[in-house]
Amino acid sequence: MINIELRHPEDVMKLSRLGSFHQSKLSFLRSFIREFKNWEFNRDIFDLDKNGYGVVVYSVRKNKRIYSLICFSQHINAEERSDRVIATKWDAAFVLHDGVPTKNDIERLKENVPKQEIGRMSNKELALSRANKSVRIFDHVVNSLSSGKQPDVNLLNKVGYLYRTTAVYGSGKFGLADRFRIKDRKEICGPFRLEMMLVYLVRQFTFDQINHISKMKNPNEFVSLDKKIAKNLGIGNSTGLGMAPFIVNHPTLLHQWIYNREKALKEIRSIKYVSKKDIEHFKFCLEKSKKIIDTWYTDSKYQNKKIKSLKNDLIKFNEYFSSLKLISKKYLWNEIFLWIDKYLDEECSEYLISMMMEPYDNIIEPLVKNMSSDEEKYFNIPSNRKLIELKKIIETKYKSILNINFNDKKSNTFFWFISKNKEEPRIANRFEEYGSNLEQPLAIARDIKKVFEKISNKNLSKTVADFLVDNDELRHVIRRIFISEKFQYSEILDNTISETLIPIDMLRLKLSFFGAQKFDPRSDKWLRICMYQGAPLVNEIKNSDDTWIYDSIN
Amino acid sequence: MMSFSEIETVSKRASKAIGYSWGISEEIGKSIRILEMFNLPGISTLNQYFKKIKNNHPQKLKNILKINKSDDELCPIYTGVSILDNCNQLEDLNIIKFFNINYPLLIIPFLSRSSEIINKPIHVILDEGKYILNSNKTILTNIEKSNNSKISKELTIQFEENKNLFTDTEWKELYKLSEDTFVPETDSLKNSAAGAGLTDND
Repeated sequence: MINIELRHPEDVMKLSRLGSFHQSKLSFLRSFIREFKNWEFNRDIFDLDKNGYGVVVYSVRKNKRIYSLICFSQHINAEERSDRVIATKWDAAFVLHDGVPTKNDIERLKENVPKQEIGRMSNKELALSRANKSVRIFDHVVNSLSSGKQPDVNLLNKVGYLYRTTAVYGSGKFGLADRFRIKDRKEICGPFRLEMMLVYLVRQFTFDQINHISKMKNPNEFVSLDKKIAKNLGIGNSTGLGMAPFIVNHPTLLHQWIYNREKALKEIRSIKYVSKKDIEHFKFCLEKSKKIIDTWYTDSKYQNKKIKSLKNDLIKFNEYFSSLKLISKKYLWNEIFLWIDKYLDEECSEYLISMMMEPYDNIIEPLVKNMSSDEEKYFNIPSNRKLIELKKIIETKYKSILNINFNDKKSNTFFWFISKNKEEPRIANRFEEYGSNLEQPLAIARDIKKVFEKISNKNLSKTVADFLVDNDELRHVIRRIFISEKFQYSEILDNTISETLIPIDMLRLKLSFFGAQKFDPRSDKWLRICMYQGAPLVNEIKNSDDTWIYDSIN
Repeated sequence: MMSFSEIETVSKRASKAIGYSWGISEEIGKSIRILEMFNLPGISTLNQYFKKIKNNHPQKLKNILKINKSDDELCPIYTGVSILDNCNQLEDLNIIKFFNINYPLLIIPFLSRSSEIINKPIHVILDEGKYILNSNKTILTNIEKSNNSKISKELTIQFEENKNLFTDTEWKELYKLSEDTFVPETDSLKNSAAGAGLTDND
């Protein structure tokens, strides 16, 4: 028996690695589809005009629980259509309602949901979103279907969706239900379950709407969108910096996500004899997934470099893997992992780690249930503890952080702030832009180092409470230090205000746990992705296979 | 209606804007959420207090004694945070008195959380009213919401021992009644229905 350890946080929690994570069996949209198989689906209201504007309501039911997606679609002018957070109008807006909405609910929501951030929801609503058409694809599909033809699959593959959401809100935003009201519901046991449900149902709306518009345009020649083609379409998402503070502000949740991924890897590496069936399944998923990489189009130099590195490393891996004597080798996955870790870049290493999870439902399923965190439990600072203990935790858990020189401008370039007009997070250069006096507490590495420097001059037998009397400006990070003592993967062990920071690495970390694909950075601060491409349609979900994520274009 | 998440976030940001540090502001956000969840006027009281200190940020309380008298009015937030940070030691004092605490409702959630940390009830006597705080699970009070004081002349905190409120006789009477749900034991039941072996000396 060999002793395989979890990977060290100093190796895992670097932004370059976290920004190389890919979807896996642990990702929320995949675990959602697995859980959603035995739900009943209905289209309760379909009230759209010939242009596809109006109201649609879908409901999903399991036992006595019902959730309804209410969709509002409207006409907007081309110049009003924007993915940016500053937009005020969208082609469609959506809300997930708890139960069956009454007529009054729908009227109330009609007034508020299309307004998004400036509308008000009630605690009967659980998640809110809006989306814009991918105009080049949408018009092409309508024109094709209404003239009796299926759309050009190659064109569809380049984009991958008909609509792109530009925000999905939950957990108490704009009056939506607080998370504590629903967190103990058995049927939605993972994080972001309701958001995943909303996006999945929005996808169905896009198919129903486009079929309806095409039919209205030319009822005599119209054909429905081929189901195989529809299955290959997901939902796009355009994501800005909002996700970055989330992963900093939820340290115990971040830990749960990373820890379970690392635990899966450790358990897989610890398998003594890998069965032929499991190797075949790994090979099957890997081969299918490789074809999908060819559909990842982006103009981003940064992302293209990553894709190139991935493709090159997959060729290297293929040569290595083909040369291995697979059967009867002890700890095969461990040997493969050690090779990957030594010879491949982070982009491909993390890709293959996701692939290694594919054969192992028995390992992954129990972990899926542990992806949430009861964050409130860890909010209090154990202020009766001594400074010497605090110092030791910093020395142990933040070793690499202590080496950063924050007096160097390059290490202290950016500041995070909340913009006044949209209450959204932004990042700017503190030496060039106004506003650094209103910096958000997201420069964790810098502030941890400040704590370390300050306590180093103090009597270390004093308590943390004594220290806080005169140093409450560091209170927010002292709370985190004690959290990191218990949760080894709770901190990004990197500098989030450095000149070399690539903010989209932080977004990609979160998006990979959502299950997003096709990362397409539009700058270093926002990117487009695709969700549910290849996912079973609502009428196929009962009999779907978890490898659907590799089915698109195959 | 605002969600509790919005209440916490806005309270936190407003607290930072009025001059508290981010760490203290996080505590305030959590506290106002607690007050509103217990149906107490957290937002309204915080708003009033912030108007009062807008141009004159309060002093911190450096040290808590058994009796805390000062010429200055005490900040309920700094006092509350100080109690929270030191509650493990302060409970040894049993009773602590404060004079001239501004908007005393704002100290209540800090005491409620302290009660959870030390796992003991805390009684708060506030001029003519009273709060009973139990492990941040309940906040009981006889003070009308509309009668929310702007400053307390005297606020007394009592750390209570966990003790039962009933007598031995009352307990025994109830226990005796509960025995009527038990099946009387026979030799046969002893042998066949008990979980352990016949001899437990091995």
